[in-house]
Amino acid sequence: MSTASRPARVMVAMSGGVDSSVSAALCVAAGHEVVGVTLKLWGGVTDKGCCSVADVDDARRVADQLGIDHHVFNYADEFSAHVVDPYLSAHGQGTTPNPCIECNRHIKFDLLHHRAMALGFDAVATGHHARVRRNGEGQWRLARGVDVAKDQSYVLYMVTQEVLATTMFPVGELTKDEVRQRAAGTGLRTAAKPDSQDVCFIAGNPARARQTFLGERIALRPARVVDQAGQQLSTVTAVELVTIGQRRGLGLAGGAAARYVVDIDHQTATVTVGDRAALRRDRLEFQAVAPSGTYLHGPVLVQCSAHGHIQAGRIEGSTLFWDQPQPRVAPGQSVVFYDPAAPDEVLGGAVVAIPLGNR
Amino acid sequence: MLYPQARQVLLDWLSEPRGNPSGAHRLARAARRALDDARDDLAAALGCGPGDVVFTSGGTEADNLALFGVMEAPPARSAPGVDPTQPCLRGAVACSAVEHHAVLEPVHALGGTVLAVDSCGRVDLDRLAGQLAPDTRLVSIMAVNNEVGTINDLAAVVAMVRERTGGRALVHTDAVAAFPWIDVVEAAASVDLLSISAHKFGGPPGVGALVVRPGVALRARLLGGGQERDRRSGTPNVAGIMAMAAAARQTVAQRPATVARVAAQRDRFVDTLGQRLDGVGETVPDRAAKVAGNAHLCFEGVASEELLFLLDRGGVGASAASSCASGAIQISHVLAAMGIDRVGGGGAVRFTLGWTTTDAEIDRGLDVVIDAVQQLRRARR
Repeated sequence: MSTASRPARVMVAMSGGVDSSVSAALCVAAGHEVVGVTLKLWGGVTDKGCCSVADVDDARRVADQLGIDHHVFNYADEFSAHVVDPYLSAHGQGTTPNPCIECNRHIKFDLLHHRAMALGFDAVATGHHARVRRNGEGQWRLARGVDVAKDQSYVLYMVTQEVLATTMFPVGELTKDEVRQRAAGTGLRTAAKPDSQDVCFIAGNPARARQTFLGERIALRPARVVDQAGQQLSTVTAVELVTIGQRRGLGLAGGAAARYVVDIDHQTATVTVGDRAALRRDRLEFQAVAPSGTYLHGPVLVQCSAHGHIQAGRIEGSTLFWDQPQPRVAPGQSVVFYDPAAPDEVLGGAVVAIPLGNR
Repeated sequence: MLYPQARQVLLDWLSEPRGNPSGAHRLARAARRALDDARDDLAAALGCGPGDVVFTSGGTEADNLALFGVMEAPPARSAPGVDPTQPCLRGAVACSAVEHHAVLEPVHALGGTVLAVDSCGRVDLDRLAGQLAPDTRLVSIMAVNNEVGTINDLAAVVAMVRERTGGRALVHTDAVAAFPWIDVVEAAASVDLLSISAHKFGGPPGVGALVVRPGVALRARLLGGGQERDRRSGTPNVAGIMAMAAAARQTVAQRPATVARVAAQRDRFVDTLGQRLDGVGETVPDRAAKVAGNAHLCFEGVASEELLFLLDRGGVGASAASSCASGAIQISHVLAAMGIDRVGGGGAVRFTLGWTTTDAEIDRGLDVVIDAVQQLRRARR
C-alpha cells in the first residue's frame, strides 16, 4: 500500500529509531490517522539493548511531538518462542540463523499485522527501507528501497500478498541521508540516533556478547579446526559459533593464504578450512519458498545475505544452480530471489537446506 | 480526581507566602498550625493518635518505612553489646503474594517469606499459620488488594499472627486501596502499622502517611532534620498534607453514600456486560468479598492488550495487570498467585470506579466495552 494512498487509519511500528520516527511523520503528513506502537520484545527494565526503556521513551516522545497516540505492545513471550528459541536451537545444531527474518515472519508481519487489522486499522507502516508496488496483473510486489546501501528487502521476502496490500514503507522512497535530514528538519529527537546493529537482543561487542549470550543458554563445545586432508591446525572454543565462509577467529596463523570454513561436522565438532576455491559450489538446496504458494522456476537473481552481492542463477525444483560457482551459503541462512526482468523486485526467498548430518 | 475541597486547600496554600513549619517566626507558626490540624484530621480518619501519624511522600515510602523501619530497628531495650544506633536485622519478615510491589520488593530485599493466597487473592489463614516462622518479627498483609479488590480480614490475620508468634510479631497493612472504601478505624484497629496514599482518595499524588502505633520501634529511612519525630526527615509538604487531610475528611464523611452508589453502578456495569456478552467472567465472583469500586473481568477469546487499546480509543481508561517502566503490559503477579493461568489472565481487565463515576459514564463504558469485545471476537483468526 502506498503512503500516498487516500487517508487511512495507519498503525506505525515505532522502534525509537530514526527510520520509524520519520515513517510516522510521513504518515501524519500524508493525512493519515496515525497511532504509534512500540513492541516490547525482549529484556527487563534495563536500559540497554533492544526495546530498552530509553528506546520506548524516544518512540513515545516522537509520537508526542507528532501529536499521535502511542502504545506499547508486549510480545516478549512470542519473541522468545519464535525468534530467540529458534536462534538458540539453530546455533545448537550448527546452522546459521537470521533472527531479523524470523521476527519479521512471525512478529511484525504476522502477529502485529493481524492485531492491527483486528483493531480496525487499514494499514501498518514500518521504518524498513523497502517499497511496495502493484504490477499490471494487480499483484503486490516487494521492491528494494531507493537507498540500495540501506535496502532491507532481503529480510522482508516472506511478507504475503495479503499483508503487502496493507503495509506501508514510507522511508523506502528516501535515502538514509534524506531520512536524517527530514528528522532534523522536523526537529525529531531521534534524528542523529545511530543505526541499530547486529542481533537486537544481544547487547554489547558483537563477537564476545554473542558467545556470552549463547554460552548462558546452550552447551558450547570446543572444536578441532582441520585442513581438507584432515590435519589439525588449531582449535576453537565453540563449534556452535562457527559459520560457513568464516575467515577470522579460527586461531589460524596469519601470513598464509586466506582460509575459510568450508564445512562443519557438528557431531564430531570438526571445522574444515580450505581456500576460496574449496568454498565454491555450483548449486545450493533450499527449503520451502516463502511466501507460501510462491512457485519459482527458471532464471533468478539471488542475494544470500542482508547486503550481499547479487548473483544470477536458475531454479529447478528446490535446487538453485548458479550461473558461476559461488561461495557456499551457510545452512539456515536465507537466499532471496529477485526478478531478472525487474531486478529490484522480490519474487520470494527460502532458507538454505540443512545437510542431513546436521539434523 | 481531587476533591474540590482538597484542590481549594492546595490552591489557597500555594498562592500566598508560607513558612516552613519547623521555623520560629509568624509564618512558620501558621504553617505548623496547619500541619498539626491536618495531623489531627488524619488521625481521626485513621483511628490513631496524632503522634502516630508519620507523613511521607506516598504509599511506597510509607510501605518501605514500615518494613525496613521495623526490621532494622534496634531492640526496644538494648541488650549488652548492641549499639542502638546501628541497624540490627533480627527475626523474619513475611507478606502475602499479592502485595503491591512497594511491599513485595522490600520483603524480597529483607530475605523474607511470601505467603500463599486463596483463589480470591485473600490471605489463606490456615496456610498463614503453617508458614509463619516462630521468630517472625513483622507480617505485612494488605487490607484490600489493588488489582482484584479483595478485602482481607485483618482482625483475624492479627489474631493468628499474635497466636503463632506469642504476641511478638508486628502486623503492617498497606491500606492504600482500602481507605476509599472501608472504615479502617474499625477494620485495622489491631494492626501496628498502616500505609495510605492521598491520590487514591481524592488527594494529590506525592503525599501519604504511615501510622505507627505507640511502642513500635522504628528506624528512620530518611535521615536529616528529624521533622517527623525522628521517624522521617524532610521539610513537610504542608500544602499536600493539608489537601490529603481535606480529602480524608471528605472520604470519611461521604464513604457510606459513595460505597452504596458505586456498588450499584459496578453491579449494573458487570451484570449488563454479562447479559449482553458471552464469556465474561468475574475474577472474584463474590462481590461481598471485595470493595465497591472494583470490577475485574476476564473476557474469553480476547487479548487484554487489544481490548485496552480499543477501550482507550473509545475514551475508556482501564488497566490490565501491571505496567512496567516501558509501559508494556506484564502478566500480573496477583493473578498468578491466585492460580489464574496465562490464557484466562490474557483477557483480564480491571475497571475502576470512584466517587466521581456517573451513571452516564457507566452507560458510555458499557457501549465502548461491548463494541470492542465484539469487534475483537469477529476479527479472531
